[in-house]
Amino acid sequence: MSERKMAAAALEKLKEQAGINRASLRGKTLILLGAATCGRAVGALEVAKTFRDEIERLQLDAAVVEVGCMGHCYAEPMAIIYKPGFSGICYGYLNEGVASRLVQDFLVEGDPCVEFALAATGINDFIPTFQDFPRGIVEQKTVMEHCGFIDPENIEDYLAVGGYGSLAAALDREPSGVIKEIKASGLRGRGGAGFPTGLKWEMCSSSPESTRYVICNADEGDPGAFMDRTILESNPHLVIEGLAIAAYSAGAGKAYFYVRAEYPLAVERIKKALQQAAGLGIIGKAMLGAEYSLDIEVFQGSGAFVCGEETALIASMEGEPGLPRHRPPYPAVAGLFGKPTVIDNVKTLSYVPLIIKNGADWFKATGTEKSPGTAIFALAGKLVSTGLTEVPMGTTLSQIIYDVGSGIAGNKKFKAVQIGGPSGGCLPEETLETPVDYESLSKAGAMMGSGGMVVLDENDCMVEIARFFLDFTQKESCGKCTFCRLGTKHMLDILERITKGKGQPEDIDLLLELAEDVRAGSLCNLGKTAPNPVLSTLRYFRREYDAHINEKRCPSLMCKDLIAYYILPDKCERSCDACVGSCPVEAIFSNEDRIKVVNQEKCVKCDSCMVACPPQYRAVIKVSPPEEVLRREREKGVK
Amino acid sequence: MGDKVKITIDGKEIAAVPGEKILWAALDNGIYIPHLCAGRDDHSPLASCRLCFVEIEGYAHPVPSCTQEVSGGMVITTRSERVDRIIGTGFELIMSNHRTDCRACPRNHSCELQKIARERKLKLKPARLPRLDRDLPVDGSAAKIKYDPNKCVLCGHCIRACREKGAGVLGFARRGFERAVTTFNGSPLGESGCNNCTACALACPVGALALKE
Ligand SMILES: Cc1cc2nc3c(=O)[nH]c(=O)nc-3n(C[C@H](O)[C@H](O)[C@H](O)COP(=O)(O)O)c2cc1C
Repeated sequence: MSERKMAAAALEKLKEQAGINRASLRGKTLILLGAATCGRAVGALEVAKTFRDEIERLQLDAAVVEVGCMGHCYAEPMAIIYKPGFSGICYGYLNEGVASRLVQDFLVEGDPCVEFALAATGINDFIPTFQDFPRGIVEQKTVMEHCGFIDPENIEDYLAVGGYGSLAAALDREPSGVIKEIKASGLRGRGGAGFPTGLKWEMCSSSPESTRYVICNADEGDPGAFMDRTILESNPHLVIEGLAIAAYSAGAGKAYFYVRAEYPLAVERIKKALQQAAGLGIIGKAMLGAEYSLDIEVFQGSGAFVCGEETALIASMEGEPGLPRHRPPYPAVAGLFGKPTVIDNVKTLSYVPLIIKNGADWFKATGTEKSPGTAIFALAGKLVSTGLTEVPMGTTLSQIIYDVGSGIAGNKKFKAVQIGGPSGGCLPEETLETPVDYESLSKAGAMMGSGGMVVLDENDCMVEIARFFLDFTQKESCGKCTFCRLGTKHMLDILERITKGKGQPEDIDLLLELAEDVRAGSLCNLGKTAPNPVLSTLRYFRREYDAHINEKRCPSLMCKDLIAYYILPDKCERSCDACVGSCPVEAIFSNEDRIKVVNQEKCVKCDSCMVACPPQYRAVIKVSPPEEVLRREREKGVK
Repeated sequence: MGDKVKITIDGKEIAAVPGEKILWAALDNGIYIPHLCAGRDDHSPLASCRLCFVEIEGYAHPVPSCTQEVSGGMVITTRSERVDRIIGTGFELIMSNHRTDCRACPRNHSCELQKIARERKLKLKPARLPRLDRDLPVDGSAAKIKYDPNKCVLCGHCIRACREKGAGVLGFARRGFERAVTTFNGSPLGESGCNNCTACALACPVGALALKE
């Protein structure tokens, strides 16, 4: 059957054409500027303009290409400069000033400005490559290989790196053969549940219904998550190729991107990419000369977190309120408009072209037996280097936090890592050797989710963190089913009581009972997983709960109702008035020794005085419980 | 109608129609399973009250019987420690959000909540949970019907009834804890196009919608 080579030949022709067009770029200096949302948020477009203006002014033979993100979001704006005679060099923390200097010093005078360089893309004599850093050793870029290196708005860039070759190869095979390959690879859904992707396709393809749909789930509602956005913004064609292969395999003539409306740049880039692919005959009627036709449409979802849940997503596409429905039937059996529907996450689909290209065995060679391949995480929170990372499944949490994320920011102590989005779990220090794979994370009390990872330090109160996440899921609950609507509400009320110092010892048991019942009784996975932050913090940080309840004390000094601000008399520099001036409610006064004192009645705990107190004194501290102030004052004999 | 299949519920052998949901097979054979939101003719069950859980042999977890189709040889039990616990908590959650004023309630003695409490020996007054009263205004604007949203358990029977027999003015609105049955644009019943057919009041199992005296 692999005798057919029609589509492959058609693609070859297109590629030749692309190669010719790209010849004009050869010999030119290329500046690849990171212009995904993360870069734009910190001024990437201004930096791009400076580069362009300077190149124009100096009449240089150089081009600026706005690319996506290579994952080092902490160092945005970033650019990779390819100057003939040099290996590619990546610069970070750019601003307009540095950009003009790079043009003058490097582009004109040939000095690569090592002081601004983060790393080189290839081996050279003076700048280390990414692979020379711990992060580069741990990371393994497959899906993200071209992110930040190709122009997401130019299909030729994608074709030049072999893009759409897998789609052509798939079209030259029987759908069942493609499904077999995906099944053999062991690919599991990256959107949360980890269901075997090939199996899902097979379920759909074997339906007696001939109208079928495939949907790419790009709703990405987890707060702080941006994996899917980055991939779509950086390499939209990869996802389109995966989606097209999925549609061909499942026997669907229609596919959708369900993208949240809050991702305008991603939507723009997908639409542009779809137009280009259609323009070349890669997607559309009798695509690449094959007998198969596919129409792909972009659907913008508006908002609610639960709309990322597949049955709610389908309801919202049907024009109904975005509420989850009972499963079974699963969408692969009866989905959009009652027809068999495959729903796959952005990342899941991104692996598909790679598996078709390199084979199932290649994919399985990375990762663990049950979780093959790589995992993509969005690193956020109290890390030195936040951003996006792709690592083999089975990498340990500590490798990700310390090697990739460069450890905890500000010399603070690690406390926990929250994995799996708002309904994930918080894992403590003693679990850091846990390998990241679906089963290990669940066992530890967290979950893979779709790859959000928030690192917490000693200043984070775990009761407050649990309350924060439950507050999110409770607010995002659609309210349809009893357990999620009312169970999470009661749980949230209890947590709120505890963080306010009004918790009772029996609250813990009640929380545990409710958590288990909400998990068992809820209709969809939003409710079923909502208790995870509570359960995991109770499991690992029970002492913090006890301190709040029994001693009315917040050990991390985070819960406002359980702390007070206190000025250490022997540290206060009497002649300094910084704190007094900073207080918005005039709660700080000087006593007869000119030592500053906080009037606890007036204090609104806004933190201003602590920030204002010059670092050489550090006289303002937080204490918990608030009565601690009285004890200290009595001890000092303050009148 | 196709051949019936044999299933067992609580040790009792029952002939059920293929494709039928367990809940109805049980109820039709005198076996009570608590339920509020299930509608016999629903194309896809709402499955939202979460009170009709049963155990099925070979299944890892209890499942709602309103969504699960019977199949030949199925062995079902309506009670188990796990089932009782889910239903007990589900019922307590609902009761924590249902303004309980039985003596003054037109549904007193014919209330589905009272029935569940009686059947499963559950307390009407939540033992562990504080009340979550939303203190919503009672709507007495319609000629024949009174609506007290504070009693509503969101089972949706009124919405079905209104669609089938009335003016079709009722629907679910808002999300999360705020979810409520309201008229189409939130206007009082009296101004909503309601035709006072009273089907909703007859359908409401808990006295939230009731006939005016
Ligand atoms: C509350 C909730 C939100 C979800 N949000 C997303 C989302 O934003 N993106 C996503 O791909 N999957 C999301 N899912 C998972 C989907 O239901 C579904 O499992 C997934 O899209 C399947 O794709 P996969 O097999 O590639 O993971 C969510 C699930 C729940 C319960």
